[in-house]
Amino acid sequence: MIFWRTAWLVLRKDFAIEVKSREIVYTTVFFAVASVLIFSFAFVKEGVAPEGAAAGILWVAIAFAGTLALGRTFERERYNDTLRALLLAPAPRAALYVGKLLGMIALLAVTEALLLPLLAFLFAAPLFARPGLLAALLAGGTVGFSAVGTLFAAMLLRVRSRDVLLPILLYPITVPVIIAGVRGTAALIGPQPDEPTATMWIGILTAFDIIFLTLSVWTFEPLMTD
Amino acid sequence: MIPDFDSVRLIDISRHFGRRRALSHVSLTARAGDIVGLLGPNGAGKSTIIGVLATLVAPTSGEVRYGEHTAHALAAPLRARIGLLAHELFLYPELTARQNLTFFAALYGLDGAAVDTALARAELSDRAEDDVSGFSRGMRQRLAFERALLPAPRLVLMDEPFTGLDDRAIGIASSRMRELAAAGSIVIVATHDLDLAEGLVTRVVLVRGGRIAVDEAASVNLRARYRAMAGGA
Repeated sequence: MIFWRTAWLVLRKDFAIEVKSREIVYTTVFFAVASVLIFSFAFVKEGVAPEGAAAGILWVAIAFAGTLALGRTFERERYNDTLRALLLAPAPRAALYVGKLLGMIALLAVTEALLLPLLAFLFAAPLFARPGLLAALLAGGTVGFSAVGTLFAAMLLRVRSRDVLLPILLYPITVPVIIAGVRGTAALIGPQPDEPTATMWIGILTAFDIIFLTLSVWTFEPLMTD
Repeated sequence: MIPDFDSVRLIDISRHFGRRRALSHVSLTARAGDIVGLLGPNGAGKSTIIGVLATLVAPTSGEVRYGEHTAHALAAPLRARIGLLAHELFLYPELTARQNLTFFAALYGLDGAAVDTALARAELSDRAEDDVSGFSRGMRQRLAFERALLPAPRLVLMDEPFTGLDDRAIGIASSRMRELAAAGSIVIVATHDLDLAEGLVTRVVLVRGGRIAVDEAASVNLRARYRAMAGGA
């Protein structure tokens, strides 16, 4: 009970700060939308996009925008060393991780909700033909990417070169998420939609999520104690 | 149930950061009612001792006991009994004074009445709805002071608590620490300011090079005593 209450309080606090500053949401959304627009100028010729391009561009935009957001999310706890105050709270420290993770997932969900119609329009991609499977792919990919990213962003908080190290550490570990997301989405929006293949990639994403969520919750407290 | 304790003991604590030795075989006991002054030059290890006591820094060797409990055995519930004011103030500048205190109070399961009391004690009731980013250093320090004391902690850890405070606020903060000690709290204050420590602390612990050089009852003329200790230790 106290675990989830603490996670909720951290999420609500981050939301209150974001409502005032709008710093992370603006950065993330503008970056993601700009990426999609630039790719559309490069790839779409006479209203026709290369097959599968929309799937790749969707996940590139999510991964890069997510990395931007991850850096900023924990930077906020560095200004006045507030992370130490959070670590001093009488709750399991993993609850802080879960609160931050939920905030990250919510932010990426907003970004994806804006990207999907934009991609569908610019690339003439049938992204909404199978909404359930696409939602499952996006949910699985977002949770997996955020689970690993949130842990690494927290670990690197006191490291001077954290902005450089975060993508170096994050992308190799989350390559399976990106591959599963791209291949699953491509299977759904191709000329002949392949639901079994998409379902297989959803299964792989689910397994990744379970493994890395468990590892992250388990290792957060020892990693955050000096 | 939240565990309680009436003493805290560092038993042969050492802490290394890589090859640097921050603390070396430190042993210290503080009891309810004590106001312990941790004195020493920059880099002596005072903040590391505070971090270890706050459960934020894990010792490389040795043990910390809170009464009969160890930090390892009772980490989360034990933290409800610890209040920390550090160099950095642990406040969110984007939030108002009330939002800051409400957030930290909720983490400790406290209600709005505790927040109102803390705002009044910090003399910030009339600025409660203002963002902390607009506060002076002294106002932030007063707010951070009351944030640290929100859970009515048994162990009160203060790292340079007088930074940025004017004379009147220093007097109020000192009185508050005496009240806490009289009510049974263990107050540990790390400070460079010997004039402010004099008359406040009941025990003096001189830290040098990660070791405790002197641990004795506070005496009058602390500055002269400190010079003698630092020179002779």
